[in-house]
Amino acid sequence: MSDELRTPKRRLNWRSWLNTLGPVLALIAVYGIFVMIAPPSFATTRNMEMIARQTTIVGVAALGMTIVIISGGIDLSVGSIVALSTVVIAWLLQNAGVNPLIAAVGGVAAAAFFGLISGMLITRLRVVPFIVTLGMMLVVRGAAKGIGREQKIDVDPERLKWLEELLATVPKERSWMLLPPGVWMLIILAIATAALLRYTRLGRHTFAIGSNEETARLCGVAVDRVKVLVFTMCGAFAGLAGVMQFSRLTVGDPTVAVGLELNVIAAVVIGGGSLSGGEGSILGTLVGALLMTTIASGCTQMGLPNWVQEIITGAIIVVAVAVDRLRHRRSL
Amino acid sequence: MAERVEPDQSAIRLQMQGVCKRFGATIALEDVSIKVASGQVLALVGENGAGKSTLMKVCSGAIKADTGQMHLDSKPYQPINPLEARRAGVAMIYQELSLTPHLSVQENIMLGMEPATLGVVHWKKVRQQAIEAIKEFDNPELTPDARVSNLSVGSQQLVEIARALAIGCRVLVLDEPTSSLTQQDVERLFEIIGRLKQQGKAIVYISHFIEEVKRIADKVTVLRDGKVVGESDVDAISIDEIVALMVGRQVEELYPRSEREAGEVILEIDDLAGPQKPVSASLKLRRGEVLGIAGLVGAGRTELLRSLFGLEPVKRGRIRLGVYTGPASPVRRWMQGAGLLSEDRKEEGLALSLSVADNVTLSKLQGFGPFGLVLPGKQDKATQRWLERLDIRCLGPRQSVSSLSGGNQQKVALARLLQHDVDVLLLDEPTRGIDVAAKALVYKLINALASGSPDEGHQPKAVLMVSSYLPELMGVCDRVAVMCRGRLGPTHPIDEVNEHNLMLEATGQEINA
Repeated sequence: MSDELRTPKRRLNWRSWLNTLGPVLALIAVYGIFVMIAPPSFATTRNMEMIARQTTIVGVAALGMTIVIISGGIDLSVGSIVALSTVVIAWLLQNAGVNPLIAAVGGVAAAAFFGLISGMLITRLRVVPFIVTLGMMLVVRGAAKGIGREQKIDVDPERLKWLEELLATVPKERSWMLLPPGVWMLIILAIATAALLRYTRLGRHTFAIGSNEETARLCGVAVDRVKVLVFTMCGAFAGLAGVMQFSRLTVGDPTVAVGLELNVIAAVVIGGGSLSGGEGSILGTLVGALLMTTIASGCTQMGLPNWVQEIITGAIIVVAVAVDRLRHRRSL
Repeated sequence: MAERVEPDQSAIRLQMQGVCKRFGATIALEDVSIKVASGQVLALVGENGAGKSTLMKVCSGAIKADTGQMHLDSKPYQPINPLEARRAGVAMIYQELSLTPHLSVQENIMLGMEPATLGVVHWKKVRQQAIEAIKEFDNPELTPDARVSNLSVGSQQLVEIARALAIGCRVLVLDEPTSSLTQQDVERLFEIIGRLKQQGKAIVYISHFIEEVKRIADKVTVLRDGKVVGESDVDAISIDEIVALMVGRQVEELYPRSEREAGEVILEIDDLAGPQKPVSASLKLRRGEVLGIAGLVGAGRTELLRSLFGLEPVKRGRIRLGVYTGPASPVRRWMQGAGLLSEDRKEEGLALSLSVADNVTLSKLQGFGPFGLVLPGKQDKATQRWLERLDIRCLGPRQSVSSLSGGNQQKVALARLLQHDVDVLLLDEPTRGIDVAAKALVYKLINALASGSPDEGHQPKAVLMVSSYLPELMGVCDRVAVMCRGRLGPTHPIDEVNEHNLMLEATGQEINA
């Protein structure tokens, strides 16, 4: 029988700090190692900015995935939704001739719509999220290809305006911005999402459902409604990731971001999210995403081939989760 | 194996001497010594956290003691893991059953020791040995091919015991074996324990139910805070004395009862029926009273509470809660001023990985900040109050519920109803698996709720309480009704019934073999 007074208070605080800071420390360590062994070009601010930019697409999608994973679900349709979003934006710009803002909103709305469908199917048909979103992965990919008639949709450059600058390096005359607007967007959204999870009923209910769905139901949490909302939000975030993706490529490409969902899920679990629900944090997720980009960038700078990067990233995922489990076992 | 062994000093089967165990800064066991003779039942009692389970984990090889010796049949016994302990003949049956629900009875019994050549299992032998092990129990539900998940809890436990017997155990440790059994299953279990005793097995019996201990044990050892505080022949010690030893002080009165005044009818159901259970239930619950529902497990008592609370569908019948009529979802029920305490705090009652504060406030995340925000600081403050009032022992509102003891977890689950300030409390087995001190507190709390706590000027609440433990229903309730096969009988004032006739009514006036 565990004695509840076993651990003195100080240690509890220390441990909870370590829980949040663990992934951060890992990121600093990995960065430090690359600074030492990689060529000097790695440690430049320019390269840091590049890492930030490359993290943005996965990062934005991972915000939504974090919410879904905390609720005990999973969403495999994220990659397809990103592609759909780029295609919808391109179509709206090119064929409907709307302004970039409306096009972007349209892309996000389409993405959120498919998230909503996933959520409805999961709660109405009582099919597990893995299966529903596996299906949606194909459905959405197909829809994207249908809209694009199996081809990329090119957009005339003059119609793009600010949409192509989201992830571009900040030009000299606007150096006060420090980071590209897309990266700022990620940071602001991350703060908002973290606050949503921590300070709102919806956020607390999401944790409760992931921790124990039966308890949540008993306590009067509208479980189904929360789940639908969670998947809708995940879709919307994937749509936003699609906006970023479009900004980078400036075409609507129905075949882009295949397998992206796995990177997104990896970011969440490296950051301490548990696939059985009830655990996860936005800070952790961002660090997880950054960790993967940092490794990729470091390996590239060192001239290591792609396959080495993939092996390292794979190993990191397994090690990170193993360390996390180990820590949990001790703290119980 | 069948010869009768007189329990004398020479036949000491298991002896543990001077066992110490520390976890970090806490001393879990301090110089603990026990002995059991063959053919003897030793009861090990003590509150949660007293060290009973730790001691038995040492005995069954699950953890290693810091110091101390163990002897099995006068030979040094030093198991390094549970498997070795089993091989030496020490089998432990845990409170949480450790069965594989998807497999059959015979597979469960022989799990890990299937007779096989080159990895090919001899199913005939498996079956034979399994039948050998279960025939003792004479239970129609227990057939070698039955799927374990389809068995009742009582029968599942028998499967575990059969598993222990199949390896030829000499010492059998039962950890809270009756906490989730029906009265009938308990009787059956006691019969089996009696038989095992005759076969010369040494049995260590851990329990919270002192009445049980008095009935089946020969000796009793009381643990408190990791130390042995009393040892006695069971016949030479009274229940009150045992309880006093356990809690280290005299419990004034287990079931306090203040002046209660029954007010208006606040919950009324008429001929309520669900898809299967309940079949038909009618009752009236007034403010300021505690109404108990007795019955066997599976009689439909839990389903009755759940359908009242919207967790299970209602097929027909009328429900009125305050001014609201008709069935409603849990969301509505909370708003209407009713709260349900689940019988299963681990699976349903609590979100174990969340903090105490989150669990206490989960049903009503309102008023903890502006614009509907939920500020953790305010949640903690509201929770702190209950930590003090219910004597919930934890490091603070942010500790996760999973690391609390059973009694404290139950108090957290109850605190939720109090925090929500509901008028009608639906309590399903409110004292299941918690220690005496925690039980006493729960009884005190129920009394305070029903009589209206004058210190805070609260209105009296109404309590509907399901329990399988008749003494507590007799002690706590004003009226009691019995449920049998989905039908709820008439309510009786508590002073017009006794445990015996409640039991008769619960079993449908016929005692099945």
